[in-house]
Parts: sequence; C-alpha cells; structure tokens
Amino acid sequence: MSKKIPDKNYKKDTMTRRELIKRGAGLAAGGVAGAYLAFAPEHYPLSLRDFTGLRSMPQPEIFTLDDFRVEQRFGFPAVGVGRNGDTMTRLRKALDAVGGITHFIQPGDVVLVKPNVAFDRSPILGATTHPEVVDALIRLLYAECRVKEVKVTDNPIESPADCFAKSGIQEAADLAGAKVYLPDSNAFETLHTPGATLIEQWSFLKRPFRDVNKVIGLSPVKDHNLCSASMGMKNWYGLLGGRRNQFHQDIHEIVSDLSMMIKPTLTILDGTRVLMQSGPTGGDPSYVQPGNAVAVGTDPVALDAWAYENLLGRLDGVPEYLVKAEQKGSGTVHYQQGLVREVL
Amino acid sequence: MKLPLKKQLRLTHARIVSQTVFFALFIFSIWASWTSRIEGYPVSRLLEMDPLVALATLFSTGYIYQFLGWALLIVFITLLFGRVFCNWICPFGTLHQIIGSLFNTHSTHERIEQNRYHRNQYIKYGVLVVFLILAVFGSLQIGLLDPIATMYRGIIAFFTPAWDMLINALVGFGVDGSWTSQLKFAPDVAPRVFTGSFWVGLFFLLLVTLNLWVPRFFCRFMCPLGAMLGVMSRYSVFRINRDVHKCTDCNLCLTRCEGASDPQGILRQAECFSCMNCIDDCPEDALSFTAIGLDKKQVKPEPDLTRRQWVFSGLVGLMAYPLIKNNGLSGDENFSANMIRPPGSVAEPEFLSKCIKCEQCINVCPTNVLQPAGLKEGGIEALWTPVMNFNIKHCQLKCSLCSEVCPTGAIRRITVAEKMGIGPYQEQGPVRLGTAFISQPRCLPWANQIPCVVCEEVCPTTPKAIQTYDEEEKDVYGNMVVLNKPFIVPDLCIGCGICQSECPVLDSPAVYITAIGESRSKERRLLLNNRTLAS
Repeated sequence: MSKKIPDKNYKKDTMTRRELIKRGAGLAAGGVAGAYLAFAPEHYPLSLRDFTGLRSMPQPEIFTLDDFRVEQRFGFPAVGVGRNGDTMTRLRKALDAVGGITHFIQPGDVVLVKPNVAFDRSPILGATTHPEVVDALIRLLYAECRVKEVKVTDNPIESPADCFAKSGIQEAADLAGAKVYLPDSNAFETLHTPGATLIEQWSFLKRPFRDVNKVIGLSPVKDHNLCSASMGMKNWYGLLGGRRNQFHQDIHEIVSDLSMMIKPTLTILDGTRVLMQSGPTGGDPSYVQPGNAVAVGTDPVALDAWAYENLLGRLDGVPEYLVKAEQKGSGTVHYQQGLVREVL
Repeated sequence: MKLPLKKQLRLTHARIVSQTVFFALFIFSIWASWTSRIEGYPVSRLLEMDPLVALATLFSTGYIYQFLGWALLIVFITLLFGRVFCNWICPFGTLHQIIGSLFNTHSTHERIEQNRYHRNQYIKYGVLVVFLILAVFGSLQIGLLDPIATMYRGIIAFFTPAWDMLINALVGFGVDGSWTSQLKFAPDVAPRVFTGSFWVGLFFLLLVTLNLWVPRFFCRFMCPLGAMLGVMSRYSVFRINRDVHKCTDCNLCLTRCEGASDPQGILRQAECFSCMNCIDDCPEDALSFTAIGLDKKQVKPEPDLTRRQWVFSGLVGLMAYPLIKNNGLSGDENFSANMIRPPGSVAEPEFLSKCIKCEQCINVCPTNVLQPAGLKEGGIEALWTPVMNFNIKHCQLKCSLCSEVCPTGAIRRITVAEKMGIGPYQEQGPVRLGTAFISQPRCLPWANQIPCVVCEEVCPTTPKAIQTYDEEEKDVYGNMVVLNKPFIVPDLCIGCGICQSECPVLDSPAVYITAIGESRSKERRLLLNNRTLAS
C-alpha cells in the first residue's frame, strides 16, 4: 500500500468549548428529566412510574344513567290497560288510563324507544315487538307530544341489522320518522348501577342515550323457558353488552337488577299477540295467541305481574325476579291493590 | 521489542474484561434462576437495563414498570460514549464476536472488504420503526429480535437443556454424580423440556451462524436495540476520531472493525460499536477515542436512512399491526383453550403489550409447566410467550417466582398470599388460571369401574375443587365395587393443573384444564360474579 502524503492544507473543524459545554448541559438535563419520569413516586406530577403494574391496567370509564321517571299524575293508577279497537286505539286507551301521554312526554323531548328485537324472526312468530305497535307509538309521540326526536335501539342476540330488518321494526321506524340506532363495538360504555348484585359495573349500550331525556320500553309478552316470562323488565336486557350469556346462571337476579339499572318514563306491553310457549324465540305461529290488550305502566313490577297473570294466564305465582325487584324497591307485585285501571 | 506503556494498556483489554464480566453475569443469571439458588438475585436486571424494553413498553403501556428506569444507565452511557453497549456489555454481541473471530477466518484483505459499511445496514432502523409502531398500537414484538431477549430465549430454551443433557451423559459415563447437580441449570427429577424449542433454537443458531457469512451480521443489519442506540449515539460526547494528518489511508483499521462503521473515512457514528479495535490496528496512531479535538468533517453522526426509507418503514409498521392482530386468536371470542397464562398475568390484550418473550419466567419455573407458546395458541403475536402445559407439570400452589422475575409486568409481581387469595386478598379471591373439566369417557372410575381419584387427592384447594361421591357398581368382571366418582366444583377450582398432570390417563388426561374462567380477564370468565345460587 502506497503511503499518501497528508494534505497540509486540510483544516480540522473541531467542536468549540461552547458546544461541548452545551452538550454536557443537555446530557445532564436530559438525565435528570429521564430519572424523574422513571423514578419519581407514582403520585408526583408527570411520573411515569408503575411499580406495581396496577397503574397501567385499563380502568374503564364509568358513567351513571339518569332517572327518566316522571311523577305519576295525581289520581291516576300505576298501570293502565286498553282493550278493544285497533292497536293505536288500545295504546291510546291504556296511556289515557295512567294520565295521558302528554303528562309524561313534553314538546321538545328526545325520546328513546326500546323495543325487543332480540332475534332474527318474523313478526308473526311473536318473539319480537310487533312493528304495528312501534309505528303507533312513534306517531303518537310526534303528533301528540311534539317531541323533537324519537330514537329506537336494541342490542339483539343475532346480527343487529338483520334483526331490525326482519322483525319489521326498521321499516316501521323509518316510515314513522324515528331513527334506528344499531349497536356497534364502540357504542358501549361501562354503566355503574349502585346496589345491583350482578351488574354494578357492566357494559351498556350508551351511544343512543345521547341527549335523550325520556325512555319508553316497548315489549312483547312472551313465555320464557328459564324465567317463566319475558315482559317489560326482561326487555332491558337488550341494553347490556359484554358476556351476557353468563346471566342465565342467575336469571332472576339479573332481571331484577335490570329494574335498578334503568328507571324508564313508561313501560308498554303489547298484549295484542302473546307468545304462549317455546319462548323466548317461539318458532311456530300457532304458539302466538291473539290478545286484546295494550298495557302501560309506571310501576314496572306491577305491570309485569299483571301481564303474567292476565295476558299469559299463569296463576302459579309471579316469577321470582318480580319478587326480587320488589325487594330492590322497583315497585310492587301486588297489582290488585287498585293499581290497575282497565279501559274497555 | 518492548511496547510503550500506551500500547500495553489498551482500551481493547478493558473491553474484553467488560465483555467477560457481563457474559459471565448473564450465564450466572440463568444458572441462579433455579428455585433453590435464586434467593434475591435480580436475575432480570440486564433486561431491565435494556433501553428498547423501556421505550417500547412505555409506548405500549404508557408507563415504566418497576425497574425499567434502569435503562437510563445505558442511555446515559450511550450519550457519553456511543454504542459501547453493543461491544462492551451485550452478551449476544459478545457471542457474535466470539463466533465470528473463531470461525470466520479470512485474509486481512478479505476482512477489510467484509468490514466496509454496507448500505443495507439501514434495515435495522426500519426494524426498529416497525416494532415501535406496533408498540404504540399495543402489540409488543421487540422481543422477537431484541438481543437480550433473544439471547435469553435461545440460551434458556435451547442451550440449558442441551447442557444439562451433557452433564447427564457425563454421569452416565461414570463421572461421580454427587457434585454434578451444581453444574446443571435445572437439577430437577426429570430433565426440562420446552415445546417448540426446536424453532427457538433454530432461530437462535441461525442468527449466530450468519457470522460466518458477514461478521456481526445480526448486530449490523437486524438489531433493533443497536438501531436505537445508534440513533442516540449521534449526540455522544466521546467517539473515534481520525487525525487526517496522520492517516495514510492504509485501511488496516477495517481489519477487525466490528460495526462496519468506516473508521478509515468519514466515520458512521451510528454504526460504531466503540470496540476500539481500529485504534489497535492503526499503524500510524491516527485513530483515538476522545472527546477533545473531534473533527466534525470526518463524521456522519446520524443513521444512513433516506426519508423515503423512514416513511416506508412506518408504512410497514402500520400494515404489520392488523396483519398480526386480526387472526382471531388474541380476541376474547375464539381464543385457544390452551392459552393458559402464568399466575399474576394481566389480561390478554395487556399481556401482549408487555411480554417481551424473554423466557425468564419459563426459566425460573421450578416445575417446567411454563412453556414457550407456538403458533397454535396465539398466532405470531403471542409466539414464544409463556403458556402453561399441564401435561408436563402443574403450577405449584405456593410459588410466584415467574411474577417476580418478569421484567415488564406482563406477569405482575404478586405474592403467594395474593395468588392464593388469603389474608388481605380474601375478598378478591385466588388467582384462577383456568377451570378443570372431567372427561367421563376416559376417567377410570366413570368409564371402566376401576378405582382411581388421584385428581381428588392432589387437588390443593380448601375445600377441594374436585370432590367425589360413592357409587356401588358392577365392574367388567361382574364384581361389585364401590367407586369414588370425581366431579368438579368450578367455583373452587383455581386451574393449577395438578389434577391433569397427575391423571394416569397420560396422553389425553381424563381431567384437564382449559383457559376459561381465568381470573385475569372479565371477558373470559365462566361463572357469573356474585351469583346468588353459589354455595
């Protein structure tokens, strides 16, 4: 290898003292800052320390739900039943019996209607709320109460879009002018229900509740293989998310918890078509018996207790969950005590 | 000829001492992890000092777990001296250097050509970008290539059983066995096995073997930690400086240049391992490691990566996340029944944002129940993360060693009291790993009218999660026998797996654990909390 003669004119470009001091100062400052972030006790501001590993565990944001109830109108009962005529007529009679819908819903309200759309089934099978009563209620809300908006939502067991379409509720809501809110993965948040046994903190279909100040449950009356009957209270199951399939291990407890979870403005039972057997899914139109009633209640316990005996015609004592709901302060199972007014 | 003092006290000597010490400490940390030796040794400290572990877990969790702040030490050293970590501390680097210098023998001229900077050395920066983007999204994959984690994994899953096998063979050849157990990494009744260790070992050996092709191939082209330190080293105070007036362009400094960092020309500071070989090899004394009189014209401090290469790496990272995430195994719907995590593990999404696949837990486990996951349990995302295999052994009730050595909190540090749900943890209950089920068609008392119930006997919970009831039955020979028929009380089962590992139906046990019901996850629960029908 030949030796190259070094270039005598080459000038080094060296770091000045100022630069060196600056770099040293930067190093020291960075070191102190880094050490603070990593080692400062966890409660210090900006500390990133997580000594126990508990700090980096995700903490769900929890919220509480408003109470949607309206004070009962003086002199009116907690449960009203409308009989005879078409669906709209019966619904109106039932509402009038508890004081008229305009007592409960004011102009400008945003109302959430919660039908039971649990399964991908035709309306004729009675497993879901009938679109006819959905239509009647929405029109009543717009025409008589002059509400600002009606929202319709549910979290079905099967594909939400399919369930809403095939139950006919999507179409009924569209035609009557309500908006359907289908659940998707980020529509849920953790709801805090103080005092509930099983769902003190549980995933809840929250998004449709934005701006809502009145809530109406609108459910069919169905036989249920595990808890005897699925009526107004059981309908709120459809607002839960998460691992709902565990709840069947303690069905009466969960249904009574639902009465603590939500305090609706009104609960409406469509007794026009009652699923008498093979509930909650049904499967044969012959299981559905025509009834002649729409019932409305401000006391969800009394309403279901009445429907259990008078619509399903069961006289074996009300389901255990209603007793538990009464113990949890959600109403009374003793509807006989002048709580029900029937309008023929 | 007597060398001047300056040539006798070489920096390379100090480097070799440092490498030896750290390599020995590394091997010691593995040896000392055996349950009877561990006492209070911080066997994971090297991982806790790894800046890539600290940064990536900071990205994936938002916090710095336990001792990960120790990484600042390495960061500080790097900002002072450049990538000295790579050639003074890193045991994987040391291994590469040894293998390269022993087996990659070439003429001086060939070595000079091998050690020139290669433009593809930018790839490691791309690897770093991809891993960090994955971390931001909550999937920690640095462990696949992080040198410390890779070295631990390779040595633990591949080398320690091989070493213990060798010791056993020596005993078989008649060497006195009374002292050999101290030579073994795991002096257990049965030799340790690791499922999938073939692939762990093959991957490890492949990385080492690449040194025969290009020295320090892994360090130069692949190492994400090296890349991270390379990015930092541009600010380092000390570096190799070439005195242009003395240099004769002989290129001899490249003969043993570990980093391929072009000390003969414009030094690529981000590539330099500060191995100091070039100073030794320079016949003109033109090279020095110094902070004073640094010639700024003779250095390129930043990594050699074009903006397009940075952006492309970023895109690869963005694509990689859905690519590995959406295989349907990491969610709470279709998870594997065998995805049984060690006690103290956080819920699966958090686990995957914390585990660096270093196998420290697997090494410390006294029963060998912890195994590196293959692709079946959790896909590529959970590859080589710890899972429990109860066919091999069970999780010992009063042991929480895995949680103590985990450097990142994927297995959160718990006490035995917390594991068992006693004392202050009474209310939250024991840590449940899964739930036991009985397969009646394979169970001796149930299917064959032969007395057994080992499972009930070994069940460690109080009261027992496996109970029996008596039934008198005719056996296959027509004799009347009283059988204790086992059944599970799922509320009591903690999923420790001793029933499965002790079941005499070895190949497919009649009582077995699956992941359902593990207490770390709300979503993977089996039984409703607070159900009023229990007890």
